[in-house]
Amino acid sequence: MANHNTQATEEQLQYAAILEKGMYAGLALMVITFALYVLGIMPPIVPLNEISTYWSMPVHDYLVAINTNFVHWEHLPTGWSWVKLIGYGDFLNFLPVTILSGVTILCYMVITPGLFARGDKAMAIMAMVEVFILTLAASGLLAVGGH
Amino acid sequence: MQGNIKEKAGMLFVSCMCAIMLSPAWALATEATAMNPVPVVGEADWWKWPVILLFVTFVMGIIAVLGGVGGGVLFVPIISGFFPFHLDFVRGAGLLVALCGALAAGPGLLKANLASLRLAMPVALIASAMAIVGAMVGLALPTHIVQLSLGGAILGIVAIMLTAKKSVVPDVPHADALSSALRITGIYYEPTSKEEINWKIHRTIPGLLTFILIGFMAGMFGLGAGWANVPVLNLMMGAPLKISVATSKFLLSITDTSAAWIYLNKGCVIPMMVVPSLIGIMLGSFVGVRLLKVAKPTFIRWMVIAILLFSGLKAVQKGLSTMGINLSNLF
Repeated sequence: MANHNTQATEEQLQYAAILEKGMYAGLALMVITFALYVLGIMPPIVPLNEISTYWSMPVHDYLVAINTNFVHWEHLPTGWSWVKLIGYGDFLNFLPVTILSGVTILCYMVITPGLFARGDKAMAIMAMVEVFILTLAASGLLAVGGH
Repeated sequence: MQGNIKEKAGMLFVSCMCAIMLSPAWALATEATAMNPVPVVGEADWWKWPVILLFVTFVMGIIAVLGGVGGGVLFVPIISGFFPFHLDFVRGAGLLVALCGALAAGPGLLKANLASLRLAMPVALIASAMAIVGAMVGLALPTHIVQLSLGGAILGIVAIMLTAKKSVVPDVPHADALSSALRITGIYYEPTSKEEINWKIHRTIPGLLTFILIGFMAGMFGLGAGWANVPVLNLMMGAPLKISVATSKFLLSITDTSAAWIYLNKGCVIPMMVVPSLIGIMLGSFVGVRLLKVAKPTFIRWMVIAILLFSGLKAVQKGLSTMGINLSNLF
């Protein structure tokens, strides 16, 4: 039987608790938004019976096609521009994906003050830098090549 | 008694799933569809592929947790060969699959103190930063070059794991200065041997430097990084295999987040293929993390090797076939 020596540290349990809540929230929302999408309660911008003609295209061709046929913007729907399309069933599903991708940032932000308070400066600074790196990646500011 | 029966039933189920996933029939079926891509389904049948995707990723979720690999390593070669989705979306979904599999397993592993946050934090810092760079480079490179490089890397790691003498509980005579300063150590209860394992790590600086390469490769390939995390944490840095597997799984939730954001912002996400994949992998991970608590380290090690070998050969074959070299008859 495990004793107290085998127990996780305070910040580890705190991190796990937030990660768990974020994960469950993201998963629950994903089920809801996907149901709204698939059941046609919130109509998608790309009709369900046409999606199979797009998922075999390279991403650039796909973006051009859905922009030309459905979105009609001057620029392709990349980065955070999906937020403008959140009223459509398919793009509504980006919301739980974003939560699941972003919960780690929140976990780090929450444990950082506790690490400083316990004098664990090295780990606290690492947590702050990690928040910066992940936020930078999420921002869409970084240019991406290819395709 | 009842727990023992459940344990055996669970391991039998996982073994069967592994056998199916790794069987020559599955490989040949995958090859056949890779050579003759599945035609786009009729508009009335669009729902069939997402349903199949849900089942396949559920099985992948179980195997990924027990193997300490990101689901993406299994997801990308199998889904890109067996399903009609373009590789761009498969890579994007693969990273999200690996990420969410890790999210589903992470809280349980952290609470059970099998995954170590203190071990993961310095590693994740380096790996996640380099994953961003890797994602940017990987999206600029020809796909067959990426696949071929990945196959070579995985097969190299398989060779290292096969020739390693110790790994379940590596011999670490003394913790090095950096790991001591960062207090990277811990104790966990090993139910199979009924012992408390007091672990520490060494070679911290070389290990961290290795994660520069691992992070870069994870982002470049879009396949997660569990395939490399476990050997480095276990064989190089000296963490026990169970701690390495669990910390690797948790680590993916951080490393893959940075790379996933790059793919997400690039538009490589189609909800109709991503959501069934994520739900399947997360449900599978819930089952897998419960089996991990009672699984034997040696069993996990051999399963990791089998999964990595299959994934490596698959990646090499696909890379070469794009270059006109057909190896489909070899496996």
